[in-house]
Amino acid sequence: MSVDALVPSAIDGLMLGFVYGLAAMGLTLIFGVMRVINLSHGPVIALGMFVVYVLFTGAGVNPYLGLIAAAGLGILFGVAIYFVAVDRIINAPELTTLLATYSVNLMIVGVATSVFTTTPRAVDISLGSVGGSGVTILGTHAVAVAIAIAGAALLYAILFRTRIGKSIRAVANNRAAAELMGIDSRRVLALSFGIGTSLAMTSGALLSTLFSFTPLSGATYEVKSFVIVVLGGLGNPTGALVGGIVLGLLEGVSTVFIPVSWVPVLEYVIFIAILLVRPTGLLGARA
Amino acid sequence: MRGITVALALIGLLAAACGGTTTPGAGTSGQATVKKDLIIGFTASQTGAQNVASNKQTEGIKLWVDDVTKAGGIKLKDGTILMPQIKSYDDQSATDRVQALYTKLINDDKVDFLLSPYSSGLVKAAAVVSEQNGKVMITAGGADDATMEQGFRNIYQVYTPASKYLTGAIDLMLKLDPTIKKVAIVNEKDSFSTSVVAAAKPYAESKGLQVVVNQGYDTGTVDFGPFINQISAAAPDAIIGGGHLPDGTTLAKQLYEKKVSARFVALLVAPPEPTFADIGEAAQFIVGPSQWETQTKYSAEAAKTAGVPFYGPTGADFTTAYKAKFSAPPSYHSAGGYAAGLTLQKALEDAGSTDPEKVKTALDKDDFMTFYGRIKFSTDPKTHGKQIAHEMVYVQWLKGSDGKLATQIVWPAEAKSADPQLRK
Repeated sequence: MSVDALVPSAIDGLMLGFVYGLAAMGLTLIFGVMRVINLSHGPVIALGMFVVYVLFTGAGVNPYLGLIAAAGLGILFGVAIYFVAVDRIINAPELTTLLATYSVNLMIVGVATSVFTTTPRAVDISLGSVGGSGVTILGTHAVAVAIAIAGAALLYAILFRTRIGKSIRAVANNRAAAELMGIDSRRVLALSFGIGTSLAMTSGALLSTLFSFTPLSGATYEVKSFVIVVLGGLGNPTGALVGGIVLGLLEGVSTVFIPVSWVPVLEYVIFIAILLVRPTGLLGARA
Repeated sequence: MRGITVALALIGLLAAACGGTTTPGAGTSGQATVKKDLIIGFTASQTGAQNVASNKQTEGIKLWVDDVTKAGGIKLKDGTILMPQIKSYDDQSATDRVQALYTKLINDDKVDFLLSPYSSGLVKAAAVVSEQNGKVMITAGGADDATMEQGFRNIYQVYTPASKYLTGAIDLMLKLDPTIKKVAIVNEKDSFSTSVVAAAKPYAESKGLQVVVNQGYDTGTVDFGPFINQISAAAPDAIIGGGHLPDGTTLAKQLYEKKVSARFVALLVAPPEPTFADIGEAAQFIVGPSQWETQTKYSAEAAKTAGVPFYGPTGADFTTAYKAKFSAPPSYHSAGGYAAGLTLQKALEDAGSTDPEKVKTALDKDDFMTFYGRIKFSTDPKTHGKQIAHEMVYVQWLKGSDGKLATQIVWPAEAKSADPQLRK
């Protein structure tokens, strides 16, 4: 145990927490609007990584431009997943949609593993570093935080400053009433799935600039997203962002006091403790 | 004369029945020459975390097969000529696939002999299947001590065992800078790296070093931030550890990015691989243990001095042929693959047969030198097949007079191609 490591570990964890939060916002948005537990979330994060990778290595596209492409493709891909796997069973019990999205998970992982194999890939980008006296902040991490905050702000702008956002909130609140008001709920649900997928792919794109990855890498971040969503409150995007930051911070700080390999254990303990003690999460469900 | 003709015809029929081909005529000793396919099975990590080092190992094996084929096969004393053929599958760097595929190689493909996959975890899985089926396997890519301390009777290890990987690095470090006192150990938590550290940590402590960080990381770790923060806080003079190529490369890169100021860094497996240079300046001054390097000079003269026979091509011939075939320099993984093939070849020649028991007897007796180094196996029942003669060398990435980074042998002193340097 070294308390000297506390500040840099906390900063590193906090910075990663924003990216975790962005990914979890995608998961929680989908659950909040349509009560679908999206088990294709992890592979979609990995797809975001590979969009950046393919554009970077194949066409020399700057990873941050690739990230915009990943976000755009995310919306289209999410809408496609919705109509292929979710639309026809949207009113079925939650287990049905869970299985449907799990099948999408398996399909994405299968295809991506065949195409890209499980060989680790990396996007070689360096933006230098700043700091000193024990704290070094990498440029890529700082930019990832800025983009994650921008992504979260954009989601809020869409949800609270646009007509479509109002429709999404209306459908989330009461789908039948929204339909009575003339809102095409099917279209809104598809778009919500698209936005949720886009957020996941954007976070994947950001992670690709930080660490190496394989088509299976999304699984780690999917589990973190679930912990975060429960921590912040199911269906609550603000809670997801806050939950992400809290989890990142906990991950960072805990490594100073416990072996790093015990951190996932700590995450699951938090997950179960929140479910037992405060199942609505820190900020309450579906705000 | 009629009797000889009938005998030759019978041998021909027998060889044909065994799937071999008969070449009319006589061998060098006047016996009939019978060509037989020698099916050699192994899995390779064409994909997955181990694919770079594994591909190098496979290339070494392929070059050995090419060389044997060009030389007209492996000639046994009874006139039989064995033509090696490879039967290989992609194990995706996954243990469960190794188990399934080695079972398939033995039961479905009916291979004659096995070579190992790459990396200790996969070798261990393959070794269990080979042993259960009584199939002889020469392991190239596995250094883990534990695998070779289970009393296996059919497994033979070409690599220097893991327990010797970093002890030499500690000797080098203290020779280079005797004032080094604090060392951080951060290693992958797989069987190989754990074996390495299990030997290196007490060795470091026996030399008066204080281990200020001692942490393991999971296979597949990509974020070393938490470890690096602890290392930075403990301010060690040296860092040793790592595991395999992907994590070792990432760790070295992140140590550089985070400006960790340790004067000496030695990591497992990754530094000797040519692709380690992809991380640029972060590679500079990193030390790594290696089973073999192109500058290593094991020769007929060295063998004579050691009182053992020299077998196979020279290091220069191996390197030239490898570069010509694969348009890239060989790594120690390539040399290990080739050496595994050579070891099997020599045992077959010594045994004069493909009978597994005779081949095992020959392997147990073997003590010879190749371009890769000396090969001799333990015959102690508890550690049977463990490598006991091969020595490690240590490389360091240094800038040459042209400003380009390249590996140099820096230890042992008598084999060095450049003087070791502390990190700056």
